[in-house]
This record gives sequence, C-alpha cells and structure tokens, in this order.
Amino acid sequence: MAMTIHVDVVSAEESIFSGLAEFVVLPGEAGELGIMPGHMPLMTRIKPGAVRIKRQDGSEELIFVASGLLEVQPGLITVLADTAIRGHDLDEARALESRKAAQEAMANRASTMDYGRAQAELAEAAAQLAAIDRLRKRRH
Amino acid sequence: MPGSKEIRTKIKSVQNTRKITKAMEMVAASKMRKAQERMRAARPYSEKIRRLAANLSQANVTEYRHAFLSRGEVAEVKRVGLIVVTTDKGLCGGLNTNVLRQALSSMRQWQAGGVTDIQVTCIGNKGLGFMQRAGAKVISHVTHLGDTPHLDKLVGPVKVMIDAFRNGELDAVHLAYTRFINTMKQEPVIEPLLPLSGERMGTPDRSWDYLYEPDAQVVIDELLLRYVEALIYQGVAENMASEQSARMVAMKAATDNAGSVIKELQLIYNKARQAAITKEISEIVGGAAAIAG
Repeated sequence: MAMTIHVDVVSAEESIFSGLAEFVVLPGEAGELGIMPGHMPLMTRIKPGAVRIKRQDGSEELIFVASGLLEVQPGLITVLADTAIRGHDLDEARALESRKAAQEAMANRASTMDYGRAQAELAEAAAQLAAIDRLRKRRH
Repeated sequence: MPGSKEIRTKIKSVQNTRKITKAMEMVAASKMRKAQERMRAARPYSEKIRRLAANLSQANVTEYRHAFLSRGEVAEVKRVGLIVVTTDKGLCGGLNTNVLRQALSSMRQWQAGGVTDIQVTCIGNKGLGFMQRAGAKVISHVTHLGDTPHLDKLVGPVKVMIDAFRNGELDAVHLAYTRFINTMKQEPVIEPLLPLSGERMGTPDRSWDYLYEPDAQVVIDELLLRYVEALIYQGVAENMASEQSARMVAMKAATDNAGSVIKELQLIYNKARQAAITKEISEIVGGAAAIAG
C-alpha cells in the first residue's frame, strides 16, 4: 500500500477539504510544488491557482485557491486559503479608504451626532412615559 | 358608547404589531441556524492557524521576532486600541448595550490606570454611533456587513488598527464582542488581541524546524497577520450568531407581551360593552316604568 499524507484545505469561512492523499501539487510562490508523504517541514506562501490532490484510490481532487499559506509536516499538509483577494497594495488601499471614511465621519460629526442624540433622547422619553404609565396603573 | 371604538382600534394595532414581531422571530430563528453554522465553519481555520502560530512562536525565538509577539518585559501601557464588534441593526435585546457598557467601563478603567490615548475601530453601526456620541477617537469603522461576514470587508479597517500597533503608536489592542454560548445565553467579552500572548496560542505539539520560502520573515509576517484577522473574524462570526439568537429571544418576548396586552384590552373592551348594554336596558326599563306608572 502506498504511503499517504493527511491534507487539510481550510479558509476562514469554511473547511474545503480534509482527507488522505498520496501526492499533492500546489502553486507555491517560488513555483509549483509537488509534495509526497514524508516531505520535510516547509512553510511558504502560495499563489492563486489549483491545488491537485491525488487520493489513495487514484482519483483526483482539484481545488482552486486564491493566495494563502502552506504548511508541510512529514505527515500533514495544511493549506490556509485566503477568502479575500490579497495583496500589499490592495490591503493598503483598503486601509486608506477606511481611514478616510473615519476621518470624514469625524468631520461630519455634527450631523450624525444630532441624529444619535435625538435617538437617545427619544428612547429616554419613551422610557419615562412607560414608567409613568406603570406608576399610574399601580395607583389604581 | 364612548371609548369602545378606540379600544377596538388599539387591539387591531397591537395585533398587527404581534404579527410583525412573530415574523421577525421566525426570520431570526432561521438566520440564527445559518449564523451558527458559519461560526462553526470558521473554527477549523482558526484552530489550524492557532496551532501554526504556536509552532512558529516557539520555533523562531532566535531567528526573527515579530512585532505582534509580546515584547519581552511588559512595558507600561500608555496607548490602547479597541476593536468593538456590534450589530448593524437594533431590536436584539440588550446585546449591544451590554457590550458597549463593558467597553466604556474598560475605557474608563484604562484611563484611570494611566492610559492617555484610546483609539477605537468600530465594526457595526450601533457601536459606531455610540462611540461617536461618547466622543471616542474612532480611527476606522465598517458597517453594513450583512448576514454573512466577509473577511474582505474587515481587512481594511482592521489594518488601520494593526498598522498603528506595528508602528508603535499603540501598546496594546483589545477586541470587544459578544461571545455566543448558547441560544439563550450570550456574553459580552473584552479580550486582549495584541500583543499575541503565548498562552492563548497554546504550546505546540512539537517544534518543527521549518524551511521557509522565500524567507522566514515574509512567511511569519503573513501568518501572524492572518492569525490576528482570523481571531477578529471569529469574533465577528460569534457576534452575528449572538445577534440572531438575542433577536429571536427579544422578539419572542415582544410577541408574548403583545399577546397579554391584547388580552387585557379585550377585557376592558368587554367590560365597556357590558356596561353600555346594562345602561341601555336600565334606560328602557326606566322609560317603560314611567309610561306604565
């Protein structure tokens, strides 16, 4: 019987694959990686591409992953797939956008604050009315 | 008969309200199931990445120390970041109030303990409104996440906070959210997020001497960033499951209350009707007696 290695492919939102395999092909950052049982411990980034998992019975599983991380131990392969499309520039742009939105919100505080305050005051008034109502009921 | 028409209209309106709350309860119940599944689906990833981070934190003591890992001796914490996870919509009982109250009391505590600067990242509309009203320094926010939390939307706002920590503008970052315990019980928690503590990651099963490609620093950077994001994502997913359960419970209570209000009003209405009938009869009898007499 051929040697097997346990393979887990997970993303932050779900578990994609978990099972035994004879041979796995992954799109490593430095090039395609073919991993067999007993591979030395390795940790690397992976590029978007297809992960090909050859099962014991010879059937193949093909999973597409966006970038992510790969960890290899002699008996275990873990693929941490990204769900979002990542990239340094893209992340930076997202952060920048978010920071700008926050600053704008700070600048426009007056308008949002009025709404917030009105809402709070309304809630307070409603609570007072309810309390008065309850008091009245008790008196009767 | 004065009043009886008003009472009837009032009963109608409460009945309509009950219909709405009943519908919302059922919607929340079905969403809750999905949210719980999603929360569970996120677990394998966070479990895996936690173990990986633990392996790394042990394996790399000499090679390269990442900024996220605790900086040896505990320096005095002067500037704190807080990520507050709340819901976008209301009508979910005391969920947001509880977590925000706890956040506020923690902030006061930090200030009393010598913290000079608190920066806040808000995930969810309710927290954002609250923090702005409270005058907190909101450095980033994200709202309208919908029913499915996507990491895509969280990356940007979270990065603002993480960058601040990495650049040394913050000494610690905490995460406040509502932990899902079961359908009836949710608990607001504030957890320390950064610097990453060793105990939270646990001890590795075995320390591996990894081969890094292209090099250790790049891989560790990416891994720890994802680990932190996974922790936040898990918090958001739990918060959503909590939200739906809390909403379901709140709406059930509202439906029950509407039922008792209707019962009460029905009683008043019946009494008023009976009083009117009695009055009419006595008038007729009185009239007849006057004619006969």
